[in-house]
Amino acid sequence: MTSDLTSFSALAPAFPELLLALGAIALLMMGVFTSERAGGAIVGIAIGLLAVTALLVAVHPAEGVLFNGGFIQDTFARYMKVLVLAGSAFALVLSVSTASDHNLNKFEYPVLVILASLGMLMMISANDLISLYIGLELQSLSLYVIAAFKRDSGKATEAGLKYFVLGALSSGMLLYGSSMIYGFTGQTQIDEIAKVIALGDTSLGLIVGLVFLLAGLAFKISAVPFHMWTPDVYEGVPTPVTAFFASAPKVAAMALFIRIVFDTFEPIARDWQQIVIFISIASMVLAAFAAIGQKKLKRLIAYSSIGHVGFALVGLSAGSQTGVEGVAIYMAIYLTMTIGLFACILALRTDQGYIEDISDLAGVAQTRPFVAAGIAIIMFSLIGLPPLAGFFAKWAVFLAAVEAQLFVLAVIGVLASAVSAYYYLRVVRTMYFDEPNHQFLPTAGELKVVIAIAGVLIVTYFLTVGSFLTDVASVAAGSLF
Amino acid sequence: MNIINNNILTILTFLPLVGVFFVLVVQGDDKAAKNNMRYIALVTTLVTFILSLVMWGMFDATNPEFQFVQNHEWIGDVIGYRMGVDGISILFIVLTALLMPMCVLASWESIENRVKEYLIAFLILEFLMIGVFATLDLAMFYVFFEGGLIPMFLIIGIWGGKRRIQASYKFFFYTFVGSVLMLLAIMAMYWQAGTLDIAQLLKHEFSPDVQFWLWIAFFASFAVKMPMWPFHRWLPEAHVEAPTAGSVILAAILLKMGGYGFLRFSIPMFPDASAYFANFVFFLSVCAIIITSLVALVQDDIKKLIAYSSVAHMGYVTMGIFAANELGIQGAIFQMISHGIVSGALFLSVGVIYDRIHTREIAAYGGLVERMPKYAFAFMVFTMANVGLPGTSGFVGEFLTLIGIFQVNTWVAFGAAFGVIFSAGYALWLYRRVIFGALEKDSLKAILDMNPREMAVIVPLIVLTIFFGFYPAPILDATASSVEALVSHYQASLGVLPVAEVGH
Repeated sequence: MTSDLTSFSALAPAFPELLLALGAIALLMMGVFTSERAGGAIVGIAIGLLAVTALLVAVHPAEGVLFNGGFIQDTFARYMKVLVLAGSAFALVLSVSTASDHNLNKFEYPVLVILASLGMLMMISANDLISLYIGLELQSLSLYVIAAFKRDSGKATEAGLKYFVLGALSSGMLLYGSSMIYGFTGQTQIDEIAKVIALGDTSLGLIVGLVFLLAGLAFKISAVPFHMWTPDVYEGVPTPVTAFFASAPKVAAMALFIRIVFDTFEPIARDWQQIVIFISIASMVLAAFAAIGQKKLKRLIAYSSIGHVGFALVGLSAGSQTGVEGVAIYMAIYLTMTIGLFACILALRTDQGYIEDISDLAGVAQTRPFVAAGIAIIMFSLIGLPPLAGFFAKWAVFLAAVEAQLFVLAVIGVLASAVSAYYYLRVVRTMYFDEPNHQFLPTAGELKVVIAIAGVLIVTYFLTVGSFLTDVASVAAGSLF
Repeated sequence: MNIINNNILTILTFLPLVGVFFVLVVQGDDKAAKNNMRYIALVTTLVTFILSLVMWGMFDATNPEFQFVQNHEWIGDVIGYRMGVDGISILFIVLTALLMPMCVLASWESIENRVKEYLIAFLILEFLMIGVFATLDLAMFYVFFEGGLIPMFLIIGIWGGKRRIQASYKFFFYTFVGSVLMLLAIMAMYWQAGTLDIAQLLKHEFSPDVQFWLWIAFFASFAVKMPMWPFHRWLPEAHVEAPTAGSVILAAILLKMGGYGFLRFSIPMFPDASAYFANFVFFLSVCAIIITSLVALVQDDIKKLIAYSSVAHMGYVTMGIFAANELGIQGAIFQMISHGIVSGALFLSVGVIYDRIHTREIAAYGGLVERMPKYAFAFMVFTMANVGLPGTSGFVGEFLTLIGIFQVNTWVAFGAAFGVIFSAGYALWLYRRVIFGALEKDSLKAILDMNPREMAVIVPLIVLTIFFGFYPAPILDATASSVEALVSHYQASLGVLPVAEVGH
């Protein structure tokens, strides 16, 4: 498949990526050649750049395949890209006033976030195992640096190193799997591989390659049994960075996961379905029980995110269009809850620094009712209680699982969500039923805005955005089939 | 006027949220601000109640179909915005709307702490409870049904008694685990029938194998909510630890959602499975009636005693529902409405003395009649209604369900009749220990009788208890045609009787 790269307009489907790449370079230049104090301005410009790119993706309808089949822009990709860009932009917003407390107030930070986002966009649009790997590595390398950004903190550097070593391992597995797939099909382009498989030529080597590829991807979405890095990294890195790690990269990796299994391995759905079902159950169950004993808030959130990946995979296990639609809805809602939750955590600052333990939240409902209400809404939503958005996310994925008659998976899933309710409720209980033990410093305005947006979206989901999001996700999922 | 007519259920459901908005707007934490919030909540709930009466007035009781129907697309293709009531659901809406202003009044002085959150929680709860009975979409039913957990969890946990945290957790987990299985069943029903419109689902015939599993999943949820023995363990604690108004809502409305669920879903949608499991339900009902009545006898906490008696009374309801004849089901609905009034009133009565002495120990009371004659009278009426004395609303429901079950299974009726005797035992003994005897305790020497605010709550309930005891027709008339349709549909799908013969 050749494409015309001689005219500028032929590149239209890749305009958002080009814009982001050029913007990243320009910001890097600006950071290098201006004084130290420009850091704040660069964050602002970076947020604006991400927002403009998101807008471009949303309204610019150019779709198609580019670069000799290495790059694909379809409705599914556009949907996921908007989520990723929104996640990155809001993660940067969370760092605006809190960056100096976390040693993130250097111009490299927003530039690295933009480069990572660019990598994610490439992952989402990858239509070839090679461009997939390049996108993934652009993202991962930026994230490794971001993880260790607070370089004089032992915890952060440890987290960065852990993330790097385990991430490199997973990249290696992914690469190994890719090479096996290439070896047994003779193709690297995703739709070409699918054609070869559709001929009925499924050798054992291909399956082995698939397993390695999925293992590498499971690492990136932190699904059990490849989740071990998550709690340590989430806890070690500064909180604004955790907010970034927990949001956009998850969405991008999940989008990649979906594209790989559906576009490439559709004909051997039975083979990958069992893998997905297994990691889904393992993630839900392990996260539900492992989080019970956690005392640190960020470790709790880490396990919670593992669990939620498990729930999202319930939709994928179904192997149907309903399932993809469910995952798409799930990721959007998960993103909103995650960003809102981290805004709440960053809003609770004492004169000794940011809170770390769950017990530090005691009585927040009395001292900071607004933030407490935000956390409580998000916690109830994470449990999946109606009428909050989290319920509709679970509804969408389980509906697909029931359609595919995966009853055992569905029953285990809902019971795991009941177990997980225990630790989410513990946070609510600490805030609302216990007496206060901290005085908190005033919260920055932009954090309040983020909390308010997330809270209102979650509470009024069924009245406002729910219908719209479902329709969009449905169209996006349809473009894959 | 036409707009209101067509949208009355929507207005009724969402009206409490308007109250939430106004309560949120009130600034400040001083006495005046708190009173303003209370008045806002009171006015909101009163208007809701009046509107619910208007709806009852416009309701055509001879029509067994759903009325005031609204049906729109909503979220995706699956979840629709569907509203409508029939004879089975309308009274529960009125009951909810009736009790909410009383809850607000009952909490007027006893809740001084975090008043704003308290009132918001109650108004949201009212929104969700009315929604449960008004919606005709199965997914939205689940949303309303399950959404009630959030405010109730907070109400028990924040404003509850000493062991409130344990109680709130128990309440939450029992109900949640039961409900998630129903959620999966709802999804399965969607893929089977292709819609979640309850009116459509009522006409859909599920195959007996499917019915079997769906029935179990729904049972898991409703049996806990009801609660049926042995799934009732959460209830005594939740009732005891909740603040007065919370107990009222729990006993009067939340428990009825289980019964409503059986009537709306289990019986008409899964008739084969319901018939298959009927004996099982009878067994549990009789166990509930006898065992929990005996347990109630030995309680030394007033609220716990009433809580156990609630479980026993719900035994009559499940028994009547699964008798699946007109008398049984009519009786079950009547029993639920009556129990809503009576148990609500009993908890309110306990709240009156709890606000004064701050204990629920039966042993801490005695001889109240000397200082509180009005209270003694009110408590007597409700105690008698709880026993099921003829002339009170409690009698009608128990009597009808017993007749209904007698036609189906004499032995069950025989067992259940013991409940009547036991209930006289524990209720009268409670009354004797609290109200009669010598007024010896120092703490009670200065106790005052009910004030006008408390009278305003209690007197209407006395009137209703006695009124429905002598003249149950308003309730029975409202439900008659819908129940008749339900029973004939049930028996037709079982093939017990030809349809023509039932429609006499």
